[in-house]
Amino acid sequence: MLSAETDILKAAESWRRAGRRVALATVVETWGSAPRPVGSHLVVDEDGSFLGSVSGGCVEGAVITEGLEAIADGRPRVVEFGVADETAWRVGLSCGGRIRVFVERID
Amino acid sequence: MQLDSLTVLNAERAARRACILVTDLDDGTQRVVREDEVAADPLADLLKSRLLSGKSGLVELEGRQVFLTVQVPPVRLVVIGAVHISQALCPMAAALDLSVSVIDPRTAFATPDRFPGTVLVTQWPDEAFASAVPPLDRYCALLALTHDPKIDDPALVAALKAECFYVGALGSRKTHAARVERLAQAGLSPQQIGRIAAPIGLDIGAVSPAEIAVSILAEIVARQRKSAP
Repeated sequence: MLSAETDILKAAESWRRAGRRVALATVVETWGSAPRPVGSHLVVDEDGSFLGSVSGGCVEGAVITEGLEAIADGRPRVVEFGVADETAWRVGLSCGGRIRVFVERID
Repeated sequence: MQLDSLTVLNAERAARRACILVTDLDDGTQRVVREDEVAADPLADLLKSRLLSGKSGLVELEGRQVFLTVQVPPVRLVVIGAVHISQALCPMAAALDLSVSVIDPRTAFATPDRFPGTVLVTQWPDEAFASAVPPLDRYCALLALTHDPKIDDPALVAALKAECFYVGALGSRKTHAARVERLAQAGLSPQQIGRIAAPIGLDIGAVSPAEIAVSILAEIVARQRKSAP
């Protein structure tokens, strides 16, 4: 798992060096049966191409949207997903877990 | 994150050195602390314990949420001697997520039949470390299990010089006393020689090869989790 996370950090570096605008998402906290452990990464570029996973698929779409916004405004953010926040974020984790994700632009 | 920080993370990882990315989630500020900078860091105690556990996680520091991204190289286990204990030990080590190489120049011992799915190197340790096996480092554990000083001693010297976090040698106290003398003559310091786990393994009264393998792996886990990396 750790080596896979590193591959994502390597991809983030090489994408940025290739001139792509890139954001990195990192799972910073989990509750309940969250599918991906703390420290999991997802990297996304300005076109929405992405690599990695923060939730095993449930909220990737929303995280990618946050990533695109971070690319646009440069502002790092913490977003939370879970059943309890379904109304707020319009997405939820079907497993009933909750996760917090830090999303930042690579400058 | 600054590209520079990301580059450092990736470079340290590639070089098999630990490091921690410290991120203030409230304002997004970050810094990378390399393993040799941890001791002098204001968060030294916290970072040391994180390096031990190898786990990333969130902490609260003076009311601020701080995330620690912990990168620790995967531990490698190098076994000298394709012996009976090694046969029992290799599948157990795999279950512990240790990547294992077995080195033994004696081709009668080091056969794929006896070690299915294990990286086997039929070379002398010195040759193996120069080519087939990546260089030893402090995230390696080395076990000298052949009972043959011609094979074990050079591997022990290499492991102690490389500061492997665990260095164990099979043999009775008497055997080990003779080994200590030989290693001293080879130029190792008493401190270096004193790091050898001998008799090898936790004292659980192990008798069978599998039991000895359990005692050795338990000692490695204890060394990983309970003392400084």
